[in-house]
Amino acid sequence: MRRQNPESSPVGSPIEYIKRIRENYARLGYEAYAWVDNTGLPTPWTPLTKPLGDCRLALVASGGIYAAGQVAFHWRDDTTSRQIPTTVRREDLRATHFAYDLADARRDPNVVFPIDTLRGLVAEGRIGELTANAYTFMGGIYSSRRVSEELAPRLTERLLADRADAALLVPV
Amino acid sequence: MTSALDITRSVNPPRAAFLDYPLGHTTGKADDRSLQRAILVEALDAFTSLSVPGSVKMLPFRWSEDEQWKRSALAGGDDRQPRYDTPQYQSEDDRRRAEACAVCVT
Repeated sequence: MRRQNPESSPVGSPIEYIKRIRENYARLGYEAYAWVDNTGLPTPWTPLTKPLGDCRLALVASGGIYAAGQVAFHWRDDTTSRQIPTTVRREDLRATHFAYDLADARRDPNVVFPIDTLRGLVAEGRIGELTANAYTFMGGIYSSRRVSEELAPRLTERLLADRADAALLVPV
Repeated sequence: MTSALDITRSVNPPRAAFLDYPLGHTTGKADDRSLQRAILVEALDAFTSLSVPGSVKMLPFRWSEDEQWKRSALAGGDDRQPRYDTPQYQSEDDRRRAEACAVCVT
């Protein structure tokens, strides 16, 4: 039933977000955004040496998820993160973000923070276990330097302290 | 995971799984448990099936047959909210609970 050739049709192929945002910025009179471009650098690589069923998996998500009782993210380059126990009740999860439609994430946080999905896969034995905590932040931090110098090292420390074998990163 | 293939290719992570869904649905559709499970099973497989650094696994799911969502996503315009520098709570009750708690930023 595919009516369009996915290779030639803009509707069938992945959206070119960088091009679209570049054009939007130009139209709005903003300076061009300096996208992260690591394509000329060696790709970091650590093979996973055991089956996922024997691994402790961490969840890190950028969709602005916090738990009721925690301070919410603000919308101007917030480089803080929240530590959410992976035993959290779904009903206690909240979503805040300035740059995407929050309706579905507020109805079902699993669309950007797949905690129930992961717990189900642990119960099935496909994943060994989850780390004690998941970590969240709010993307749309304009300075990639602040992400790589402030936020990413802090999260990496937490993942190592939680003895994660692998991490699932869920951006929005 | 990613729903923005070009941005992810530019960031060049060790491995990724691409889901061609509208932003805000990186791991599935709301309230569709079996779809959410199927998406993560396919995505997590990339941990062991991808062996070339920088590879992206294209996940075999479509948001809709006609992919109409892409037309509005491509339409342009700036639909972002103002970038307030105070916490933006989902509800006033959340604000009250957080403000009553001295140790809740972790």
